[in-house]
Amino acid sequence: MTIHQLSVFIENKAGRLVKILNILKEGGIQIIASTVSDTVEYGLYRVICDKPSQAYRLLRDNSISVTMNDVFALQIDNTPGQAAQLFETFSKADINISYMYSFMLKGKGIIVFRTGDTDKAREVISLNKFHFISEENLSEVV
Amino acid sequence: MDNNSPYLHPQYETLSREEISCLQAERLQATVRHCMNVPFYQQKFKEMGITPDDIKTVDDVRKLPFTTKQDLRDTYPFGMVAVPMRDCVRLHSSSGTTGNPTVILHTKKDLDEWANQVARNLWMVGLRPDDVFQNSSGYGMFTGGLGFQYGAEKLGMLTVPAAAGNSLRQIKFMKDFGTTAVHAVPSYVTRLYEVMQEQGVDPRRDTKLRVLAIGAEPHSEEQRQRIEKMMGVKAYNSFGMSEMCGPGVGFECQEQNGLHFWEDYYIVEIVDPETLEPVPDGEIGELVLTTLCREAMPLLRYRTRDLTRVLGRSCPCGRNHVRLDRMRGRSDDMMVLRGVNIFPIQIEKILMQFPELASNYLITLTTDDDNDNMTVEVELAEMFTDDYARLQQLNKDITRALKDEILLTPHVKLVPRGTLPVSEGKAVRVVDKRKVYS
Repeated sequence: MTIHQLSVFIENKAGRLVKILNILKEGGIQIIASTVSDTVEYGLYRVICDKPSQAYRLLRDNSISVTMNDVFALQIDNTPGQAAQLFETFSKADINISYMYSFMLKGKGIIVFRTGDTDKAREVISLNKFHFISEENLSEVV
Repeated sequence: MDNNSPYLHPQYETLSREEISCLQAERLQATVRHCMNVPFYQQKFKEMGITPDDIKTVDDVRKLPFTTKQDLRDTYPFGMVAVPMRDCVRLHSSSGTTGNPTVILHTKKDLDEWANQVARNLWMVGLRPDDVFQNSSGYGMFTGGLGFQYGAEKLGMLTVPAAAGNSLRQIKFMKDFGTTAVHAVPSYVTRLYEVMQEQGVDPRRDTKLRVLAIGAEPHSEEQRQRIEKMMGVKAYNSFGMSEMCGPGVGFECQEQNGLHFWEDYYIVEIVDPETLEPVPDGEIGELVLTTLCREAMPLLRYRTRDLTRVLGRSCPCGRNHVRLDRMRGRSDDMMVLRGVNIFPIQIEKILMQFPELASNYLITLTTDDDNDNMTVEVELAEMFTDDYARLQQLNKDITRALKDEILLTPHVKLVPRGTLPVSEGKAVRVVDKRKVYS
């Protein structure tokens, strides 16, 4: 029900992101979605890619501070109010969203997010029959 | 006391160089004999094959063993005391966060002599019994409180033991009590001025302030001049260290050209911190002090670790007591921030308690708006989360733990592994970018 996401700890300095991207490029890793969020001093670079385990090892071997974890990725229809409806369901179940971002996959909107309570989120997704994306779905794309 | 005399103790303050040497030789001989009551020195003398009879002139001080802060820790708490404990009336102690604290004891006479030194200093910068002296310095174990208190009372001023903090009250005291002199650490004077500005108080118009005594934390000449400009009065540099007694050891005269160190109380040496050989006047070395009037805890050739140089041995003020430059740094890795002594090992000890952190760290000291600030950069061992909240929580936890240890709030910055410079051999842990030593 979840997909792997890499989170890279990067300093807010020129060239840091390029270094990461080049390592991924040389390893033949295809980035599907990514986002950088930052505070004044450091940033978190979150990546969804086609070969997460391989990418994780690659970054670690290059002494990059990286962690791999599971996030939910739900597909929604391309009509207004879909995201609102989705998160309202989680909100009613008293589930907090730690962070979220979205991207398009085969013309469909995908919302990636992490919650405070993963087990409860799984339940809500099953009960409401939300359309979730799996690792297989991702590798089909590339 | 003759209010018109520039000297409180003319018989000592105006000694010629030759007279100073004679007095020092006499007092050194007595001190060395007195040290034989301390097993630590007995042992040292034995090891070096010397006896008190070998010490005849001031230059013979070089035959004597050095004493270090570590020696004071090793003999904690009362191992260096040269008199019966019942003769001791006061104890001052360092915070001791890096191991055993250093404890200094005083007899009644020691306290009296300490007060004499402080009184002499305050008289030297023009203060008289009519003055009102507000001591805005921490009391308790910190010697800047009681040291100035006793000295100011000895001189005969009305004293206001305001202690540090509560700026609004400090300003009210200054206005209501007609304070003419304030002693504080330089960063606190700056803080007081800021609060005065917020309150619409002009120190020139609304107070009778005419003299400031500043010390206990390193500050630049530029910073002193800024303070003088703000407050509209002269600010005199004070040097003290609890191992010698506290404030009083050295003080600027009205010429403001170096600190007079009182050679009737101390033998002043400047040595190369590596070879421990004396350096010529004008060259920077480590300040080494031998007490000449101490009863409870006489100290021979105490290595202060402060770096300075001799500016001269005469002065237009008529005092021939050696003039030393403001302290220019340390020969060990101790940092002095806002009057607090901090060793990098204290920081390291705390950081190592966090399994999330790697062992590489860097401390950077800066001066922002006349305030000393510390930034601690530390590498993450592993990326352990994809969640900001947890990174920030870690940051907060480290900051709090450091604050509990060093009593100041540093700015903590987490950095990825491998980003901090790794030097070969001894790692560079501290970068001091403060304007103090420029």
